Amino acid sequence: MDIYRAHVLCCGGTGCSSSGSAQLIQRFEEKIKENGLDKEVKVIRTGCFGLCEAGPVVIVYPEGTFYSRVKVEDVDEIVSEHLLKGRKVQHLVYSDHATHEQNANKALADINFYKHQHRIALRNCGVIDPENIDEYLAFDGYKALEKALTTMTREQVIEEILKSGLRGRGGGGFPTGLKWKFAAASQADQKYVACNADEGDPGAFMDRSVLEGDPHAVLEAMAIAGYAIGASEGYIYVRAEYPIAVKRLEIAIGQARDYGLLGKNIFETGFDFDIQIRLGAGAFVCGEETALMRSIEGKRGEPTPRPPFPAVKGLFAKPTMLNNVETYANVAQIILNGADWFAAMGTEKSKGTKVFALGGKINNTGLVEVPMGTPLRTIIYDIGGGIPNGKKFKAVQTGGPSGGCLPAELLDTPVDYDNLIAAGSMMGSGGMIVMDEDNCMVDIARFFLDFTVDESCGKCAPCRIGTRRMLEILERIVNGKGEEGDIEKLENLAKTIKATALCGLGQTAPNPVLSTIKFFRHEYEAHIRDKKCPAHHCQALLNYVIDPEKCRGCTACARVCPGGAISGTVKQPHSIDPAKCLKCGACMEKCRFGAISKV
Amino acid sequence: MKSLAELEAIRQKTLNRINLRQEKEGEVTRVVIGMATCGIAAGARPVMLAFMDEISKRNLSHVTVSQTGCIGMCRLEPMVDVIVPGQEKVTYVHMTPEKVGRVVAEHIVNGRPVEEYTIGAAEK
Ligand SMILES: Cc1cc2nc3c(=O)[nH]c(=O)nc-3n(C[C@H](O)[C@H](O)[C@H](O)COP(=O)(O)O)c2cc1C
Ligand code: SF4
Ligand code: SF4
Ligand code: FES
Repeated sequence: MDIYRAHVLCCGGTGCSSSGSAQLIQRFEEKIKENGLDKEVKVIRTGCFGLCEAGPVVIVYPEGTFYSRVKVEDVDEIVSEHLLKGRKVQHLVYSDHATHEQNANKALADINFYKHQHRIALRNCGVIDPENIDEYLAFDGYKALEKALTTMTREQVIEEILKSGLRGRGGGGFPTGLKWKFAAASQADQKYVACNADEGDPGAFMDRSVLEGDPHAVLEAMAIAGYAIGASEGYIYVRAEYPIAVKRLEIAIGQARDYGLLGKNIFETGFDFDIQIRLGAGAFVCGEETALMRSIEGKRGEPTPRPPFPAVKGLFAKPTMLNNVETYANVAQIILNGADWFAAMGTEKSKGTKVFALGGKINNTGLVEVPMGTPLRTIIYDIGGGIPNGKKFKAVQTGGPSGGCLPAELLDTPVDYDNLIAAGSMMGSGGMIVMDEDNCMVDIARFFLDFTVDESCGKCAPCRIGTRRMLEILERIVNGKGEEGDIEKLENLAKTIKATALCGLGQTAPNPVLSTIKFFRHEYEAHIRDKKCPAHHCQALLNYVIDPEKCRGCTACARVCPGGAISGTVKQPHSIDPAKCLKCGACMEKCRFGAISKV
Repeated sequence: MKSLAELEAIRQKTLNRINLRQEKEGEVTRVVIGMATCGIAAGARPVMLAFMDEISKRNLSHVTVSQTGCIGMCRLEPMVDVIVPGQEKVTYVHMTPEKVGRVVAEHIVNGRPVEEYTIGAAEK
């Protein structure tokens, strides 16, 4: 047995890779060798740890020391001090935003960011080497497949998933067990299992992290699903913009085949199952189930009417069962630990945990997995570390382009499918964008609608034309040309589109507008009636002014102004000509006396 | 193609290799070796390597070997702490690779510290 006394885990997720973790790994390997430690210390490239904001992240075991923002230059010090002499390099140890606590002896699980989390779907991310099937095996990998195939009937597997209360993590929240049951009940000579790894929501990267950090978890679950519904082939539809995820999936599939965990006669039970990867070009609508299946078939990725539902007539007109990556990532654990274990977590109707991609105006940008029912406040303040720069929280957007914005009054909402819908938003796939006082809610609505207008496939009129009309109205409003009655027009269009669009994209596209009207109607009214943007964000509705009381006449502003809009003589108060001002903000940044403000 | 038994063997073997990444307080026996300059000068590295060797030979997957800085008693180096969950920490002094076998066999495996190597014995 080869043992190593220390393991250096370097994050190889997309976030840390973009901040240079590959060079770090190389440097570690060189330095460790140079110091003659290569028989004692092993370097492992893992998937995302979740704290991408602090990346590149390096963890040294057995101590569990968490180093953040490690640069190539820092590697020498970690090797010569920590790995050679056992002295932790204090100044590189991660420090908590909220508390500024920096404690090298603290276990990872005690860091605020991790303390409130409960990792099921992400349990192996940042713990194992995703390119080594043995490490997945060591943490109970493929034991659930073994259990299902050798000790359970198909019906028992479906029953277990049904009883666990697992619901689809791709946005719809449909009970997973029920979906499996329908697909199992369909009679056909061929059936398919598919995995939705299209992940189109702006800012979302939950599924990418699972694929990058623990690809076998998805393969194992798909094989279990194949057994349950009677399918021998599986497809993973993943966006081509996820090269690391695709590569790790390919490696994982190859290793699983080598070990006989995919292929013919798995565990000598007579069950055959294999998986292929299909790359998507990154159109948002291709995440919709019927469009996704058309795209796998090599056709245009456009939705088709349901019924027939995929469980009856899906891929290549055969019964097909599609689940999201994160949904699958829970399956093996449910089979191993039992439905009751899973159902004990979460709320009445939403069981287990959910992964969120925290982003926007928040200190700890990253991936978090929490039990269903965790209040928004806990996620944003305790785990996310609150809002940077002492700004005030304004809203949190959940559910991506299909979801809505919730205001501060609703921060105590426990997060689950039903509570979020009741509050006026939705769970969606897990994007969570935090907004502060500087965000204009009308502009946020415009941003999301702009996204859907771009991504609409154009097949049906309500979505193609209706969302464009709504976008035009919103653009008018943020440009100071809003008219009385615009809010009502938006509401009417929204109602029609929701009722008549063909697919989920169109049906949910108006949600960001409706929820911002509901909670921030006064911002719309201020734009329309007073021609003011309360957040001082919309350029057309703001002016830069100099307060003559504070202005010392230093001329700094006049010198940077690209528009020649500032006039005044030395030591005399200056002023800005609104007709010439380009609203670039340069003067405000330059003024040392805080004399310039936006109104 | 791997049989179920082969898969299980891979699991066990790999687990021994990577179990130090699981933060299971209370289940892991820790061997901590003083490895600052004084410790290294006094020959701490061969002692550490001997521990790793012995642990690996015996397949002791619940034991981790780690290092610490100077403990402050340079004249007693190489020093090694062995911390068995639920028992008091035992500090061994003037360790040599030859002494390692007994510490592993008697203390780590059988739970009986080797009194004569401990700091208590040295101070008498
Ligand atoms: C416009 C649109 C985009 C979607 N994008 C995704 C996506 O990127 N990933 C995903 O898993 N589900 C997406 N869905 C939901 C899928 O249609 C489907 O419900 C889901 O993949 C089913 O898996 P689940 O039950 O495990 O959630 C999208 C739906 C719509 C209407
Ligand atoms: S609702 Fe939009 S995206 Fe969906 S089919 Fe119609 S046009 Fe295409
Ligand atoms: S905002 Fe820009 S253009 Fe306007 S006055 Fe200031 S510097 Fe000049
Ligand atoms: S990519 Fe490294 S922590 Fe997320």
